Amino acid sequence: MARINVLNPQQQTAAPKRLGRKRWGGAAPYLFIFPWIFGFLVFTLGPLLFSLVISFFDWPIVGQVTFVGFDNYVEMFSDDPLFWKSLMITLKFAALFVPLNIIVALGLAMLLNQKVKGSAFFRTAFYLPSVISGVALAMIWSWVYSGDYGILNYFLSVFGIEGPDWLNDTKWSLVAMVIASLWGQGSMMLIFLAGLKGIPKDLYESASIDGAGKIRQFFNVTVPMITPTLLFNLITSIIAAFQQLTLALLLTGGGPLKSTFFYAMYMYENAFKYFKMGYSAANAWFMFLIVLTLTFLVFKSSEAWVFYEGEMKKAKPKHVKRRIPAERGVDA
Amino acid sequence: MRKIITYTLLVFCSLLFIAPLFWAVTTALKSPQELYLFPPKWLPSVWRFSNFAEAWSIQPFNLFLKNTVIVTLLSTLGQLISCTLVAYGFARFQFKGRDALFLIVLATMMIPWEVTMIPQYMEFNYLGWINTLKPLIVPSWFGSAYFIFLLRQFIMTLPRELDEAATIDGAGKMTVLARIIVPLMGPSLILVAVFHMMSCWNDYLGPLIFLNDQTKYTLTLGLSQFRGMHGVDMQSIMAITCLISIPPLAVFFFAQRYIVGGIATTGIKG
Repeated sequence: MARINVLNPQQQTAAPKRLGRKRWGGAAPYLFIFPWIFGFLVFTLGPLLFSLVISFFDWPIVGQVTFVGFDNYVEMFSDDPLFWKSLMITLKFAALFVPLNIIVALGLAMLLNQKVKGSAFFRTAFYLPSVISGVALAMIWSWVYSGDYGILNYFLSVFGIEGPDWLNDTKWSLVAMVIASLWGQGSMMLIFLAGLKGIPKDLYESASIDGAGKIRQFFNVTVPMITPTLLFNLITSIIAAFQQLTLALLLTGGGPLKSTFFYAMYMYENAFKYFKMGYSAANAWFMFLIVLTLTFLVFKSSEAWVFYEGEMKKAKPKHVKRRIPAERGVDA
Repeated sequence: MRKIITYTLLVFCSLLFIAPLFWAVTTALKSPQELYLFPPKWLPSVWRFSNFAEAWSIQPFNLFLKNTVIVTLLSTLGQLISCTLVAYGFARFQFKGRDALFLIVLATMMIPWEVTMIPQYMEFNYLGWINTLKPLIVPSWFGSAYFIFLLRQFIMTLPRELDEAATIDGAGKMTVLARIIVPLMGPSLILVAVFHMMSCWNDYLGPLIFLNDQTKYTLTLGLSQFRGMHGVDMQSIMAITCLISIPPLAVFFFAQRYIVGGIATTGIKG
């Protein structure tokens, strides 16, 4: 304990601290964090490791459990067309959803960041769908998308466009999923808004003195300054894209013709429809590995494009076009 | 000129976000004859408020409401207590392995629920908790990484001198937490409560997997039952959709400044 005190000068000066420590012994901090330790072991680490174990077994919910080695994984890759199909659908969804989600959330955040009257109203309007249950959202969208009676097609018909039967058309069902998912992007928008509010105003002032137009200001000031937020949102979007399940279960049930049969749904059905627990655990681990790899790659690449202002000395300013503040003196 | 463009865009976008909700509300109020008109009528000619009561009685929604309230309240209470204790432990003590453990806390946010879902299901099945509300409540009593992180960040901003003054007066650690720290944590605790209440109330996959008896259903499961039920009109579905969305909307309305402020204090902003 003495060693720890040396590490923390603040506690060293506080003599009465020792009183408390004597009464509680060295166990006090562990008692405080005990709920998390217990929960972590029982609801996270235990299940995590156990799911790895299960993935090497043929493990029905009732009946004989047999060790099958890598068979589940081999079957997945070589003998299960649904695996590939659902994986491709999820990748396609992610490729559409992730960039659009970022663009929409950032666009809305930038709109809200303008000095306007009633910003609280607009903020609420954009965030509203995120407050509502995914089930309710799915119900609303199934009605909006209705080919015959839906308002979306009515809206399109006003412009002379004949809309498809969104959820029953294999060409459009995935797009419909993307649009419905984008509708609930509220928290990402708020996170961007917080990031935008953190950009010092004088950066823009000096940029405009330098003659930078709005577009150059966006790419040379806004984007570099919000890269940490961008990184966070990029990673959470990727994870969200891979976990998309509620909407698919309720809007299309994976159809039509499996065109919205996401990987998460494939996993869900293997586990809770066919009760192939071992096989589904293997599915889950494969998804985990994909998400980890993607996250790792994003993190790795972030060294080149994320700029931490003053927070991390390791950041390499040479990658960041932030020459504006330095030039301020010259122009002023 | 720029102002005009900004306002136009803002109004247009907020219409895009509100229109489907508005459509849901007006659908809930329409009579069956008006449901399937094309071009659609935005407002019902007769406002049938009785639709709400009728839709509510199609299934035992009173029971679903009771289950949902039980789950939401108990689970939120657990979340508040456990996350406060754990966050305090991480924020105010020096101990062996603290930083490593805290890193693990953060890392658990990265694990998709799908990976632990099957063993958790088997675990709860083993404990005999399937088809009870316990799987939806008990885990919350052991903290969740996101809230622990959020509360720890907040406690770190409180000056230690406060703790020390109380300790000199003879207060133990628990007293310091209960009398000094918690009263100062008000807004952060409200944020945790609001976020967790909303996610509990809106949860679908948890109840879907852990519950199979209709008497245990939550509201979201009850609503999803309408899908594929024959003879249920869209206005009933929309009526239930609107009704079960009221509590989270109300909570959001009263707590929005904590939500917006809370995101700024999570430490993820630029």
